[in-house]
Amino acid sequence: MEEKLTLFKNRKRFGIEKNIDIIFKNTALVLSSFVAIILLGIILVVFFQSFESFSRYGLKFLVTSEWNPVKDEYGAFTAIYGTLVTSFLSLLITIPLGVGTAIFITEDFVPKVFREIIGSFVELLAAIPSVVLGLWAIFVMEPFFRAFFVFLHNFFGWIPLFSSEPTGRNSLLAILILVVMLLPIVTSIARDSLNQVPKKLRNAAYGIGASRWKTIFSVILPAALSGIMAGVLLALGRAMGETMAVTMIIGNSNAFSWSLLSPGYTISSMLANQFGEADGSQVSSLFYAAFVLMILSLVVNIFAQWLVKKFSLKY
Amino acid sequence: MNSLYYQKRLSRNIGDKFFTSLSVICALIAILPLIFLVTYILIKGGSQITPELFTLEPNPPGDDLDAGGINPALIGTLIITTIASIIAIPVGVGGGIYLAEYSKGGAFSRFIRFGVNVLAGVPSIIAGVFIYALIVSTKILFGSMYSGLAGGMALSILMLPTVIKTTDEGLKLVPNELRYASLGVGASMYTTILKVTLPSAFRSIATGVVLGIARAAGETAPLIFTALFSYYYITGFGDLFYEMGSLAVLIYNFALEPYDAQNKLAWAASFILVLSILSVNIFSRILAAFTEKTKRV
Repeated sequence: MEEKLTLFKNRKRFGIEKNIDIIFKNTALVLSSFVAIILLGIILVVFFQSFESFSRYGLKFLVTSEWNPVKDEYGAFTAIYGTLVTSFLSLLITIPLGVGTAIFITEDFVPKVFREIIGSFVELLAAIPSVVLGLWAIFVMEPFFRAFFVFLHNFFGWIPLFSSEPTGRNSLLAILILVVMLLPIVTSIARDSLNQVPKKLRNAAYGIGASRWKTIFSVILPAALSGIMAGVLLALGRAMGETMAVTMIIGNSNAFSWSLLSPGYTISSMLANQFGEADGSQVSSLFYAAFVLMILSLVVNIFAQWLVKKFSLKY
Repeated sequence: MNSLYYQKRLSRNIGDKFFTSLSVICALIAILPLIFLVTYILIKGGSQITPELFTLEPNPPGDDLDAGGINPALIGTLIITTIASIIAIPVGVGGGIYLAEYSKGGAFSRFIRFGVNVLAGVPSIIAGVFIYALIVSTKILFGSMYSGLAGGMALSILMLPTVIKTTDEGLKLVPNELRYASLGVGASMYTTILKVTLPSAFRSIATGVVLGIARAAGETAPLIFTALFSYYYITGFGDLFYEMGSLAVLIYNFALEPYDAQNKLAWAASFILVLSILSVNIFSRILAAFTEKTKRV
């Protein structure tokens, strides 16, 4: 007993080593709190910079579409409308395509090698910079769709969304390039959540005589729904904040129009376009628009995280 | 009595056929444009590559047919991403170490993990707006406004969540036995982390970090009003405090020029950017697959 105690006493660490340990831990703690500092910093800085514009125009800023630096009149309705319309419509096209593709690569329609190649190819595409997609959209996609847009206007011109003569760069092109950008996100997240559905659920459905698609619609998709929904929300957040490709193809016009075939604006493209040359109250109004964009994407993101937590697979 | 055999005309079988073809059509619609896009970028961009491209300055847009090269933008992209990495990697790895090794799942670490996810979802242009307000408009960096340094800071905000996440997740995969063994032979916490857990998670962390860098290299939105653009060679250390070009901003600016020569330069820059990002991605995928096969323990 006596001997043991002395052994214990001798095993004290040196003072320096102890201090190093404490310093190391606290450094890590400080570094991890940087995330919170930056996040709060972003919110506070953007809010305070927009304060001047906020107090002058208030909530009217959100519903008027006058943007006139000469007369000092600012309203961001066109940009907010553009942001919402482009992101929701592009998502509307992406969801069936992406989930359909995800089902295709999780079922056994083609040999596994092909499915894996397709899957990793789709994931690689998420790595292509959006500015390159914008370049491609200007020089390849726009000429390709020109005739189709004229057709759309001639035959469906009575629908307000297609009521104007198609211009070279327009909102519909922005929606289409957003579809290209969102497809990899939605497909790979949907594929992951479909893969996570346990095999025994599928076997049980087959066992009681369900056909393949009955199984997919009534068992597998409902089980994977929360994951797919979270992926869709993440994609929505991306679509709202997406800047470069949209800025290059949407035409950047603040004149409000219901038609998708006329040039439009989104908040992010407005920032990209005007921030460099703005001064005075225009800067403050741009910060106000940035604040709106940030709130929109924060809400979508937090909702997505909540969804993941609440409905994560319970099998 | 042939109900045991497959019956083509049964409504369930017709329905199955219909939906199967529908999903094949979805996959085709999704994948064909994507294949077309990649091959187009590689062919169109690859055909513009010349040796002079890598050594010359771009000529200011005008009627002349010779657009010059993209040397300053290429070097600028390297410098700006290096600055971003120098800021984001230590902060991110340190933060990840705290989350994975020290935190006990309390309110603070849950808040930080939540913050990491939220920061990852902040639109990239907001990072540019933030740095503009904080650094460019206040001229806090020795009186310089638009600078490569500010651009690197904006990119580091975008890299940070990726680095923290990969460090956190990589460290969590290290088996606890290794930690017990190290602490058991009397090593202190920081020795354990630096000598045992970090090295064994090194490959997965490095892969994630490299992917994060590749992603940042293609980001444009945070740079257009922080680093701006420059036509001139980068000659020395002092250039960090002035406008700096980058491949991404070059593509943006020159794609919108009405002149053919500038557009070609944009395609060439896209080729270099896409090729390097894709090869980093493919390489790290192969490395990850390889690691999985030869995993010890």
